[in-house]
Amino acid sequence: MRIHALVAAGAALTLGLTACGSSGTSSAGSTGAASGGDVKIGMSISTLNNPYFVQLRAGAEAEAKKLGVTLTVTDAQNDASQQVNQVQNFTSQSMKAIIINPVDSDAAAPAVKIAERSNVPVIAVDRGVNGGKVAQTVASDNVAGGKLAAERLAKEIGEKGEVVVLQGVPGTSASRDRGQGFAEGIKAFPGIKVVAQQPADFDRAKGLDVMTNLLQSHSGVTGVFAENDEMALGAIKALGAKAGKDVKVVGFDGTPDGLKAIEAGTLAASIAQQPALLGQQSVQNAVKAVKSEQLEATANVPVKVATKDNLSEFTGA
Amino acid sequence: MLVSTNVLAVRPTARTLLAENGSVAALVVLVVALSLLSGDFLTVTNLLNVGVQAAVTAILAFGSTFVIITSGIDLSVGAVAALSAIVLAWTAADSGLPWPLATLVALAVGIGCGLVNAALIAYGKLPPFIATLAMLGVARGLALVVSQGSPIEMPEAVSHLGDTVGGYLPVPVLVMALMGVIAAVVLNRTYAGRAMYAIGGNEEAARLSGIAVSRQKLVTYALSGAFAAVAGIVLASRLASAQPQAASGYELDAIAAVVIGGASLSGGKGRAFGTLVGALILAVLRNGLNLLSVSAFWQQVVIGVVIALAVLLDTLRRRSGR
Repeated sequence: MRIHALVAAGAALTLGLTACGSSGTSSAGSTGAASGGDVKIGMSISTLNNPYFVQLRAGAEAEAKKLGVTLTVTDAQNDASQQVNQVQNFTSQSMKAIIINPVDSDAAAPAVKIAERSNVPVIAVDRGVNGGKVAQTVASDNVAGGKLAAERLAKEIGEKGEVVVLQGVPGTSASRDRGQGFAEGIKAFPGIKVVAQQPADFDRAKGLDVMTNLLQSHSGVTGVFAENDEMALGAIKALGAKAGKDVKVVGFDGTPDGLKAIEAGTLAASIAQQPALLGQQSVQNAVKAVKSEQLEATANVPVKVATKDNLSEFTGA
Repeated sequence: MLVSTNVLAVRPTARTLLAENGSVAALVVLVVALSLLSGDFLTVTNLLNVGVQAAVTAILAFGSTFVIITSGIDLSVGAVAALSAIVLAWTAADSGLPWPLATLVALAVGIGCGLVNAALIAYGKLPPFIATLAMLGVARGLALVVSQGSPIEMPEAVSHLGDTVGGYLPVPVLVMALMGVIAAVVLNRTYAGRAMYAIGGNEEAARLSGIAVSRQKLVTYALSGAFAAVAGIVLASRLASAQPQAASGYELDAIAAVVIGGASLSGGKGRAFGTLVGALILAVLRNGLNLLSVSAFWQQVVIGVVIALAVLLDTLRRRSGR
């Protein structure tokens, strides 16, 4: 169960790619975005061992360069205690604002409190902080993503028919928000009936098994919404030749394998997050926080529907 | 219990089978209940699906049966399964190794992991729990390192392991049956198998009666590793893709299947057939919960309760039956 929980946390939080990469990458490597200025901002990223967060950093650095602020990026290597140390160092380096991409939403609270004591505003990015006051949380809008998925799937199947939902790890925020958004979105189409919602734990093999089982009890299904691409790919395997023809599948995350399936025509669409935009927004709003501008508690970064028509936008990134 | 008693009255052959193994009774109860609750359950296609879905767990569990009979435990089987599949896909895709060779390399990786486990346990005197927990981390980590965190496509020839014969009979079920027969033969017909029971019954007595305990443990854990490799290859074949995070948590399913099948975690007891039944119970349950559209949260509760009931049924039967 412990292992399941870890996988769950990983899948729910990183969202980008299910698995994080191999060894290597420097620890706490700092990258200054030059062009001086008085404003120094520190950014602690949960891990740079995952293309998703590398894109997030790239977006942040580009924005820092544009705004002429100095951005120092550190890699917490998925270690929450290391992250606390990094934030502590930021405050002693007299950073004007701190951007934190929490390793763990709960474990980030002490770090945020340290910054609070030194009156440094904190922006949380991609994941929220539980039990600490942040100036703003910049995150992808999973609820809106679920809604977009519902609309896209409805369009694919001609706004009528039976659909099933493959849910992620029960109780995770990603699964909850995406599922909620989908349920809200699909209500607008009275011709569509959600005949089953079953958990497949964000896992490809489970997606295959659960879809196989659901096809037994609901053979007339014409649409599938999977709360991540991995499960969608499993469902496609279960559907065989029907995938993309008789049954349309919509996934979430826009992973490399998911995009490949879109190209092959088996996956109708995937709701992709925009990590670079997350990084950009976080820096932009950190600068606003430094200037004591009023910020909304949350900034929702839009997600995008990836389909065969706009595939190049995603594969190029 | 009531249902199973009725079944007992029907056929004397069934009675001996049920009396011998309480988990069969649990499986029968489950199948009867699900057939009544869902019209889609008792169809040939669905039962074949259940077989396919049980295959990976069952193959892992056959390997774990050896280990548990020696009163050991192997927590690394899920991770070793993933590592073996990744190595197969990686050597075939990146190094261009022909697939039969790549498959042998993958099996060697599984056996190697098992041998390291056994060496730590037999010669390093580590408790099996710790040695195999360490291997869990190492194997899972290496799978991530080798694959750089991304799925790798399986060679097409190997992927046929996930297909069907004549569009009907699923290959994973055949592999499961084959591995089950191998496990049964090893346990009942070979010196190594008898030694496993002896070691699990009383390790000191086994040693004094001339069994090379350490060497037999090497055989036991190597077998577990080899079975894990086969399971990993079957799993990856079904998806046509080897995934570094595949089969995580499966070691617990494997252990549950072995124990539901009537083995004792304190060793000396256990059979391949019982393990098969244990794996089928888990697969039937998951399949049934999907067919009945039980909510995600309740599914976990139900699975936990059924595991407890199945083992309880077996213990009660043993206590009162003989």
